[in-house]
Amino acid sequence: MIEAIELTVNGDTHEVGVPSHYTLLETLRYGLGLTGSKQGCDKGDCGACTVLLDGVPTLACILPVQEAIGREIITIEGLAGPTGLHPLQDAFDLTGGAQCGFCTSGILMSAAALLATTDDPTGGEIRQALSGNLCRCTGYTKIYEAVELAARALREARSASEQVSS
Amino acid sequence: MKLEDFRERQIASAASEEELRAAVEREFQVIGRRLRRTDGVAKSTGRAVYTDDISLPGMLHGKILRSPHPHARILSIDVSKALALEGVHAVVTGSDMPETYGILPWARDEYALCIDKVRYVGDGVAAVAALDEETANQALDLIEVEYEVLPYFLDPEEALAHPETPIHEPKKPGHNGNISKQVSLEFGDIDELMSASDVVVESEYFFEGTTHSAIEPHCAIGYFDGSEKLTVWSTTQVPHYLHRELARVLDLDVAKVRVIQPPIGGAFGGKSEPFDLELCVAKLAMITGWPVKILYTREEVFYAHRGRHPMLMRYKTGADKEGRIKAVDAVTILDGGGYESFGLVTTYYSGQLVTAPYSMESYRFDSTRTYTNKPCCGPKRGHGSVQPRFAIEIQLDKIAESLDIDPIELRRRNFIGSGTRTVNEFLVRSNGFLDCLDAVEKASDWKSKHGKLPYGRGVGVAGSCYISGTNYPIYPNEMPQSAVQLQVDRSGRVAVFCGASEIGQGSDSMLAYIVAEELGVPLDYIRILSADTDLTPVDLGAYSSRVTFMCGNACIDAAQKIKKQVKKAVAEAWDCKPRQVALAGGWAFDAKDTGRKMPISEAFNLAEAKFGALGSTGSYNTPKDIHGSYRGGTIGSSPAYSFTAHVAEVEVDPETGFVEVGKIWIAHDCGRALNPVLVEGQMEGSAYMGFAEAVMEQHVFKETGLHNAPSLLDYKIPTSLDTPEMESLIVESLDPEGPYGAKEAGEGPLHPSIPAIANGIHDAVGVRMDRLPFSPPRVWRAIKGDK
Repeated sequence: MIEAIELTVNGDTHEVGVPSHYTLLETLRYGLGLTGSKQGCDKGDCGACTVLLDGVPTLACILPVQEAIGREIITIEGLAGPTGLHPLQDAFDLTGGAQCGFCTSGILMSAAALLATTDDPTGGEIRQALSGNLCRCTGYTKIYEAVELAARALREARSASEQVSS
Repeated sequence: MKLEDFRERQIASAASEEELRAAVEREFQVIGRRLRRTDGVAKSTGRAVYTDDISLPGMLHGKILRSPHPHARILSIDVSKALALEGVHAVVTGSDMPETYGILPWARDEYALCIDKVRYVGDGVAAVAALDEETANQALDLIEVEYEVLPYFLDPEEALAHPETPIHEPKKPGHNGNISKQVSLEFGDIDELMSASDVVVESEYFFEGTTHSAIEPHCAIGYFDGSEKLTVWSTTQVPHYLHRELARVLDLDVAKVRVIQPPIGGAFGGKSEPFDLELCVAKLAMITGWPVKILYTREEVFYAHRGRHPMLMRYKTGADKEGRIKAVDAVTILDGGGYESFGLVTTYYSGQLVTAPYSMESYRFDSTRTYTNKPCCGPKRGHGSVQPRFAIEIQLDKIAESLDIDPIELRRRNFIGSGTRTVNEFLVRSNGFLDCLDAVEKASDWKSKHGKLPYGRGVGVAGSCYISGTNYPIYPNEMPQSAVQLQVDRSGRVAVFCGASEIGQGSDSMLAYIVAEELGVPLDYIRILSADTDLTPVDLGAYSSRVTFMCGNACIDAAQKIKKQVKKAVAEAWDCKPRQVALAGGWAFDAKDTGRKMPISEAFNLAEAKFGALGSTGSYNTPKDIHGSYRGGTIGSSPAYSFTAHVAEVEVDPETGFVEVGKIWIAHDCGRALNPVLVEGQMEGSAYMGFAEAVMEQHVFKETGLHNAPSLLDYKIPTSLDTPEMESLIVESLDPEGPYGAKEAGEGPLHPSIPAIANGIHDAVGVRMDRLPFSPPRVWRAIKGDK
């Protein structure tokens, strides 16, 4: 049965008609054409579908879309601001944190959630934050480098803006 | 904006006067620098379009019905109920595609869908196309298949012992139908040298099967347009071979088949041959007239498999008192699963690549690949040679131990050298293996650790060698293995067309770096169009670590042709010699007077005015006369060999058997590192994958023939919390045949991880781990048994 629902994705409220059994991932990919979130396992094992639900990393492939109604959803397409890339995206590009790129969307969302709450994460905190996202290409090394680099960029941007405002 | 402003803008973003002066002094402007990828931003913003991201108007969804039996005869298939279901457009079975296919022309033994028999749980039997996935799944439930269940074999030795129940028809009368390939080769007087050895080590090793587990599942879309032209988008890493097999199996004119390979979400060898889904989407599209997509479930990816062969290896190695290898004698049984795949080649690789980086006076191997009723094994990163490398490197460690020689020193003593031939007659040109050993010895502080750490902690070393592509293509032909076409626009933009498959390794970027190096254009002026058989010249595919080597050489060839024209045209305008004109940093400039220059786009315009439209092709073919002359001497023969050494530091908990790998030092001789960031990425990714096979991964089956754990939850692959720290140490021994001296980096660095960890465990707790994986129960039992 097709049902019309309202979903707030990347700041926009969409009305979308999808089968009522759809997951959030199916709705994003097939209903809204937002294909940046990937389907790797469809069982909640790999993390390639990770999106932010009210700021919390969430596996879109096992979340019934009904549960996402009325929540704030951010996908990889919404990570970059209007003025340019999120520092994480630039850092991944710089360090070679993405190879095949299929896990990258999910990893970036998990990392973004970490950096939103943690200024200067330790290596252990980064590993912990990314432990639900499987990467098969990189061995994670360059991903850690990217997250550390982005954290530094965010800190520097913050302290620069504080200096300006003070 | 006025056109003159574009010129000003190009000049503003081009290299400064100072940078040009520096450029004259440097050998390379782009090559060797730590650069970004060309597809990095597309991937980090979610905008890269993978196969499953493509949706075509009216697209139907396909599903494949799979066998529940490991071995059974198909007596009948009734699809009438499925066809009658509302929303179902077509159902196909094996008889709709009665032509065998396979990656090797000598061993085509698969049907798109089984006709007479199924050979493993998961073998495809029928396929449907329906309006949506749910309807397609319902239709599968309505297909009635009558099977006659046959005896089945999960163990290769059992299969060998039962020729009366052949999984495939015997290749010749009197042959055992459960043998897929048998190879015996002997070099030197092995029996005499073995008996003349001062020390002989004999052991049996078992390498558990593992699978690729790329995060992107296989996916394909078929589209048959009104002009009878077939297009297939696929997650293939071999578009050219898929192109040929589609035409053959579907009986289409090969000129009317187009294969497009979008960016791939990881492959590792798991997508390097045609699969049932590509043939099925094509056939279903031809029948229905609508585009059809099939996306494997994760479970189906485990059935498609083509992963690492389980191998049982009996090794006998003899050495003299100094530790120099006199004889290596290996007997190997490969568990091939239900079909051939690359099996013939795998069987050779299980022996052929053991003969470097160490010299050995004599060598013999006897390898038998069997069929079993399990998903088919094939090429996983380090095709066929990761398993024997595990055996030989532990053998060397055992010899070092018995002679009381430091394991790194023992490897140095056996170094084969450069500009030499292996015992099985492969020509080794560049060889940086000694530097690799030095690098890991120093970085890991080996001398103060090996044999000196407290009980429970240890370090292990291992080395390896790998091919940079194979000298021979999969189907015999004299044409180039790789080709590149360049097209230059008046704006300064250069388009690169190449059949190369970008699978995450960075082949698109590599092509861009080369064009930027040769033509002096900024990287963002380069467009890469790869792996579309209608538009790009042939490259044979992303396998056997051939892409950088071969496409790289082809690209240099193409770019230098244009470079020559551009320099000539500019030299004419400046009335100087062409060799005085240099192209770099967005300029054509006078190397003797960097103040004389013009934007590269103007130089292109001069050349176009003089020579006509600017375009070129380049190609690369391998040398064909450098391998051994014996039968099989072509397999393992490569234009260049890479070398690797690892040291792994481990900590073993003797109470639980848990092995924690703290760090792996990876030194890899990749010739020239064209972009060290990408080379390190390959080294780390390889070492990670080897680590995973060492301690975790097991592609195993229940007694019923059902896969034990076809999911990423149960088939454990390492998370960020499991993966050890890794340090990449690039060693550059420039190869005369490689592009700018480059060799491979994508597969070689996997090999030593596993034996280095095994040897580290021995250093830590004194037990030998000759069977994979080094899981807590196994290690714990080994420790208890040892006491």
